[in-house]
Amino acid sequence: MPLKSLARFEVPYLQILNEQGKVDGRLMPKLSDKDVLYLYETMVYGRLLDRTCLSLQREGRMYTYPSSEGQEAAQAGSAFALQQEDWMFPYFREICSHLVRGLPPEKYLLYWMGDERGQQIPENINNFMICVPVSTQLPHAVGMAYALKYQKKKSAVLVYLGDGATSKGDFHEAMNLAGTWKLPVVFLCNNNQYAISVPLSKQTASKTLAQKAIAYGFSGIQVDGNDVLAVYKATLDAVNSARSGGGPAFIEAFTYRLGDHTTADDSSKYRSAKEVEEWRKKDPITRLQKYLEEKKLWTQAYQKKLEADIQKKISEAVKAAEGIEPQPVESIFNFTYSEMDWNLKEQLNKIKEN
Amino acid sequence: MATLTLVQAINLALRLEMKRDKKVIVLGEDVGVDGGVFRATENLLKLYGPERVIDTPLAETGIIGSAIGMAVGGIKPVAEAQFDGFAIPMIDQLYNHAARIRNRSRGRFTCPLVLRIPCGGGIRALEHHSESPETFFCHIPGLKVVVPSTPYDAKGLLSAAIRDPDPVIYLEPKKLYRAIKEEVPENDFTVPIGKAIVRREGTDVTLIAWGAMVQECLKAAEGAKASCEVIDLRSLKPLDIETITASVKKTGRAIVVHEAQKTCGFGAELSALIQEKSFLSLKAPVTRVTGLDIIIPLPKLEHYYFPNADKITKAVENIINY
Repeated sequence: MPLKSLARFEVPYLQILNEQGKVDGRLMPKLSDKDVLYLYETMVYGRLLDRTCLSLQREGRMYTYPSSEGQEAAQAGSAFALQQEDWMFPYFREICSHLVRGLPPEKYLLYWMGDERGQQIPENINNFMICVPVSTQLPHAVGMAYALKYQKKKSAVLVYLGDGATSKGDFHEAMNLAGTWKLPVVFLCNNNQYAISVPLSKQTASKTLAQKAIAYGFSGIQVDGNDVLAVYKATLDAVNSARSGGGPAFIEAFTYRLGDHTTADDSSKYRSAKEVEEWRKKDPITRLQKYLEEKKLWTQAYQKKLEADIQKKISEAVKAAEGIEPQPVESIFNFTYSEMDWNLKEQLNKIKEN
Repeated sequence: MATLTLVQAINLALRLEMKRDKKVIVLGEDVGVDGGVFRATENLLKLYGPERVIDTPLAETGIIGSAIGMAVGGIKPVAEAQFDGFAIPMIDQLYNHAARIRNRSRGRFTCPLVLRIPCGGGIRALEHHSESPETFFCHIPGLKVVVPSTPYDAKGLLSAAIRDPDPVIYLEPKKLYRAIKEEVPENDFTVPIGKAIVRREGTDVTLIAWGAMVQECLKAAEGAKASCEVIDLRSLKPLDIETITASVKKTGRAIVVHEAQKTCGFGAELSALIQEKSFLSLKAPVTRVTGLDIIIPLPKLEHYYFPNADKITKAVENIINY
């Protein structure tokens, strides 16, 4: 008997705004000029805040820091597709997503300055905490999606991961649970081409990361991750579908980390300056700026004022983060359990005596 | 009042807690249609439906990881690990997340989940089915660890664990699942987490144990020439140090008994605490009767590994004659 084909799959690719700043009008999502300007301003804000973090780190005012430069579109575009009641589960390179979701910038700074209060998310913001161990956040997002569905809430969960995370077991288990339980959760993979020094070619034999979703029973799409409009459109479609019972989705945002993995890394050891330069030409902010200029929404004077306003906000945030009252010693004990047992009380008293 | 085995008492606790609070859900491998491989979740699916009694894919990390998200999201997951040896991959999620969510968020998020794990050996089980991993969990700040040794406590401790605001590891001595029956009230009661119980009073030696080893200590105490006090810890974390200290100050001798391997076992912590708190009352060094520092043998040789009443009786003789 001849072999039969049991199934065929496609892995779509979406780009709306190309490297030259030209938009494919047929694919353009419904966004007002104000929305597009908001996205642009948030990306600029993210980049400047990110560069401030690098400077603060060099001056010894911040600890190890992972830069987001180059990935602003994937972050801002996806987070902008969420509604306030939706949940966002970040990994650790997500500066613009936090800003879009309304996290006060001083909170972001505080965390990387080594203060737990940076992760004390304000009550009205449905963001979970930054996750450092790669891919371990994925099953949490799945569980949250289950809880939302169980409580009959019409909200979705957006969880971020990197390309390296797709190699880990938690990824498989979370994707499998999400598909099996048909949960309202969207996986947004920032494929920035490197897991520290290891390039994607050493991470997987898979042609795309998007196709991995197919095996779990839901759709995967690759988008130009430096195209904020494509990322927004793909995420919006995915969260809308998730909220109305369509189940999970996987989005691979094809992007590039322009900076080092963290301030403890030197990326020149494992990639060429030429490669980085090629990706600089695809900068997500520059291409959106070209688009806005074409639409007469951008001028040099506007940019100058925008940056001045942002720098003012950043200065205030740095001031707030550095000026915060130190946490008392009790704070490192108080939140271990709902109540301290005799053992923790003994240890706390001993520290206080010394 | 019904006379129940330990596993029936667990089942009753789950049934009542699910009735009491719609937020309580159960998840794990084979917990639904099959009622769990030990039948701890029997009939729950019929009573509460598949949304609340979830037959999960075979995925330990996924079970505990999604339970964490559920707990943060406002529902109360009671997850089951099928066997002790298979709970080990769950430690990553427990250590890196469940245990520290309250602290990392400075109280903004909490993680009130329960993880039930059938534990311990002596039932001639397959490889990886006879482990006693309590030390792994006790070492993690932010987790609570409880182990019942009677049907009454099994129900009361599970209810307490489910209502607790922190993540609780609930270890079930599988050797005792059907070994003892006792009357268990069907009404609402809890056994407080953090409180040990003196199972037998005595004046010469304090025997400290939990789970299946409590029964072995009681048997040893019965036959011993010395008067033995038997403490059932019930809760390893938080630990009831007051009950231990009061007993050791009275008897002057302490023997700690556990199934887990000796080195870095919970008995090591207890020995250290006893000498810190009651050094001047001690008439002999604290003794440990434990599993051996080897891989637990397959059934034909497992009797060499596990502590039992005879081994404890010998330890009692030795400590008296020190």
